[in-house]
Amino acid sequence: MSTLTQQEFVLGFFEAAPATYSNLRQLGKESFYAQGLPALKAEEYKFTPIAKKLEMSLTDLSPTKSIQINAERVKSALFAGFKGTVLVFSNGAYLPEHSTSTEGISVRLLSENESTPLGSIAKADKDPFVALNQATFSDGLHISLEKNKELDSPILLLQFHQAQGGQVISPRIWIEAGDFSKATFIDYPISLDDAPYFVNKVVEIKGGINANLTYHSLQQEHNQVIAVSNLVTDIQKDSQFTSTQITLSGDMVRNNLTLNLLGSNSVGNMYGIYLLNGKTHVDNHTNVDHTIPHAESNELYKGILTDQSRGVFNGKIFVRQIAQKTNAFQQNNNILLSEDAIINTKPQLEIWADDVKCSHGCTVGQLDEEAQFYLQARGIDKTTAKGLLLYAFAGEVLDKIEVDSLRNHIVAQIQERLGSKF
Amino acid sequence: MLSIKNLHASIEGTPILRGINLEIKAGEVHAIMGPNGSGKSTLASVLAGREEYEVTEGEVVFQGKELLELSPEDRAREGVFLAFQYPIEIPGVSTTNFLRTALNQVREYRGLEPLDAVKFLSLMKEKMALVEIDQKLLSRSLNEGFSGGEKKRNEIFQMAMLEPVLSILDETDSGLDIDALRIVSNGVNKLKSEKTATIVVTHYQRLLEYIVPDFVHVLYKGRIVKSGTKELALELEEKGYDWIKEEVDSTATV
Ligand SMILES: Nc1ncnc2c1ncn2[C@@H]1O[C@H](COP(=O)(O)OP(=O)(O)OP(=O)(O)O)[C@@H](O)[C@H]1O
Ligand SMILES: [Mg+2]
Repeated sequence: MSTLTQQEFVLGFFEAAPATYSNLRQLGKESFYAQGLPALKAEEYKFTPIAKKLEMSLTDLSPTKSIQINAERVKSALFAGFKGTVLVFSNGAYLPEHSTSTEGISVRLLSENESTPLGSIAKADKDPFVALNQATFSDGLHISLEKNKELDSPILLLQFHQAQGGQVISPRIWIEAGDFSKATFIDYPISLDDAPYFVNKVVEIKGGINANLTYHSLQQEHNQVIAVSNLVTDIQKDSQFTSTQITLSGDMVRNNLTLNLLGSNSVGNMYGIYLLNGKTHVDNHTNVDHTIPHAESNELYKGILTDQSRGVFNGKIFVRQIAQKTNAFQQNNNILLSEDAIINTKPQLEIWADDVKCSHGCTVGQLDEEAQFYLQARGIDKTTAKGLLLYAFAGEVLDKIEVDSLRNHIVAQIQERLGSKF
Repeated sequence: MLSIKNLHASIEGTPILRGINLEIKAGEVHAIMGPNGSGKSTLASVLAGREEYEVTEGEVVFQGKELLELSPEDRAREGVFLAFQYPIEIPGVSTTNFLRTALNQVREYRGLEPLDAVKFLSLMKEKMALVEIDQKLLSRSLNEGFSGGEKKRNEIFQMAMLEPVLSILDETDSGLDIDALRIVSNGVNKLKSEKTATIVVTHYQRLLEYIVPDFVHVLYKGRIVKSGTKELALELEEKGYDWIKEEVDSTATV
């Protein structure tokens, strides 16, 4: 693959792109060509050489085809005890026959009518992968939540992925939540085998006034997967939006999260855990834009890295001049368990207003050996003691996940990992 | 029960313990006193298995086993308990939540059935009463925001739960007011039996009125330089350590 020139290399992406939204796709393509794949050392992708990774890992950049999923497969993918709406996708394509419906939620294929204002929240010129997705997305889903509708159980976006035909999957989701609505989404991709692929997802969320939305993402695709996601949301007045991003595996993973606080008295929460081993590389870039006065953002990301894994955290807080009385908190804590693990962490604060409460901090450390000894001195074996401490470290974020079945699933994954590996 | 012979230990190349000899039998209480920095906590840590300390010479036999060859957790499971001089804080881990794991691992090692949640709780209730500690405290992050007295009480509570054979109390009395001191010593005394032994490290004779020692040892510059009965503690309280230091320093310097 590396014998191809950059130009020839990216051509594969555009093979067989669907014909819908042709204007939008054209703009996406132009924007992508204007930006190009992030060059080595490009500021936004400084520590994540993704172009090189794509070039070295993938042989076929054309889109994957939809795959057959049976009901058994869907059932076995659900978290034990999960109750809620299930929306099933196969390589980005929605599968209505396996999905369930709930009163107050309506879904339609993006291709059904081309009226969804895609690209109005996740802007193509902000990131080459948004542009690329805009040019090439397979069909996706438009999800709307009725005004005043408060869901008492979550909506699971169950996404099966498998390279077939090509190796690129480009899911696109648009979520619109009415005023005074409340919902929790769980974004859960699953690899069906261990062949490599590149998944480039864009999710746009348009929140209503006084809405309360939560979006949990669980990344545990296999270790050959290159995954880029862009989650962008507009948060209106008196609303709350919470994201948790749990990353447990992958080859190279880049999560871009953008919160636009557009109305006063709005709150944006960004929480994350990355628990990495092997050679997994995970880059969390978050960006909260305080555009109005009297809004609040809270951010807490915790990382545990071992082996030769690599983590990147970049948290941007942008407070515009007009956004007085902003409260913005950010914290990123990391534990490195091996000499070869690396973390690059960077708060990026741009504050143009003068009456603002803003705090940030990042820590990088090792496991507390004294604490470990204390537990051992009480009769607990070393592995369990480590596990207990690491679990406690991550616990602050896990506690933010209010869906029991999801939290239990994650806890089990983490415990297994800590028990066997750490 | 415990036999320490010619124990030498150092940290980062600096010798701290320089030939400790000590014999402890079941049913006995030994007090270890001595000036700051003489090596009391180092001795306690070496017995508990802290890895930073390097044992350079000597041996320790505990109930017929080479103690120094066991991991810290196996020492605890064999029945060694250290109440830390400075119990550390562990954010996110409560006493309740690690102690059940601890107790069940200890029980497994001793060939006992694990305790289920109900039995564990009732055992906790019983031991909580013993040291008059509040359940709320035990479900908070370990030692985070605890007062000095609460930390020490929590140590003794854990001791009560784990039912050790040999308890080493490293300045458990420091910083306690008289009420707390009475509660803690009362707890310790109730846990004592013919089959167990206790080492109390202290600076104060006050504690020894509650936990009465059979022997008192003075540690100085990494050696036990004087041993006696409880009267020695009284003498030390009155006269301080200078006379002992002089005695030792004049004979030792060659
Ligand atoms: N981690 C360490 N690194 C370097 N020196 C140490 C370390 N721990 C202990 N020491 C040194 O070893 C010596 C003995 O310390 P230790 O804590 O055992 O004394 P102690 O008798 O318990 O004193 P105190 O009465 O103050 O508790 C001291 O000189 C101390 O500075
Ligand atoms: Mg000491």
